Amino acid sequence: MATLKVPVTAKDHVQGDAAAEITLVEYGDYQCPHCGHAYPIVKQVQKHFGKRLRFVFRDFPLTQIHPDAEAAAETAAFAAAHGRYWKMHDAIFENQSKLSTDYLLKLAKSLKLPVSELRDALETQMYAAAVREDFLGGVRSGVNGTPTFFINGLRHDGPFEFPELVAAIELRGKA
Amino acid sequence: MPQILSLGTPAPDFTLPAGPDKKLSLSQLRGKPVILAFYPADWSPVCGDQMALYNEILPEFKEFGAELLGVSVDGVWCHAAFAKDRHLQFPLLADFEPKGSVARKFGVYREADGITERALFVIDKNGTIAWSYLSPIAVNPGADGILQALEGLPK
Repeated sequence: MATLKVPVTAKDHVQGDAAAEITLVEYGDYQCPHCGHAYPIVKQVQKHFGKRLRFVFRDFPLTQIHPDAEAAAETAAFAAAHGRYWKMHDAIFENQSKLSTDYLLKLAKSLKLPVSELRDALETQMYAAAVREDFLGGVRSGVNGTPTFFINGLRHDGPFEFPELVAAIELRGKA
Repeated sequence: MPQILSLGTPAPDFTLPAGPDKKLSLSQLRGKPVILAFYPADWSPVCGDQMALYNEILPEFKEFGAELLGVSVDGVWCHAAFAKDRHLQFPLLADFEPKGSVARKFGVYREADGITERALFVIDKNGTIAWSYLSPIAVNPGADGILQALEGLPK
């Protein structure tokens, strides 16, 4: 069974307590419709488990089929550098159908992030290496499409609707 | 049930169409590691698509000097449309006529379904199979096994 090869560290984007008994890691692509579908489900799962769960999102952009996924991932990384990662993460998924570089700049503006700095960061691919590092770690861990979830380090191969995800987490959480 | 060719077996040579007027032989690639990815059919669902995933990982395969070849029983025009749609930057070979003959040589043809298995081979620079893997047909095997096999090749 595929296992997470890259441990969760301070470099990760994490929601929840490091001492939580369950760690849910998602490898996702901001332009992937299945990830868009999973987005509110993950929120529900987080609410369901409360403090028992921490959630980690890592980038896995499939850039050849999703031309805006890379810029979206880099924009989220830029927002992280300004302490607004999750705001940007949510804003991107909630507006997934509108993604374009211009739209990402608009989102940055609405989150009061420095738009011209973001434009430069995207042009110079300042965050491309960080995104690629996430991607390659995912490849090593057996990520085979998006989204791919890992529950306490083990790849979740089943469906990722709310009941299935909760059931899988209950099972692994106890293990 | 035919057996998938395993480690240490010389890879059978073959020549297949790699486009409407292009042919490719395995022996042409001697001297480089080759990744042979048999998959059931073009046009599987988008985001979990195995070929789209490998397309993203091409730069890493290239670091090992490896060539990636996709193989299915789809015809050249189907492959061409699929490759264009997914922006694939590696050859898709058409094991179309006689249907599945190369897949049969590698022990990965599904007689009952008329398609190839989902199977991976890493062939070393001397043409010997260094690693093979038969995946459950519905499961995209990812690329971690391929990268490990490439790392294990003698330099």
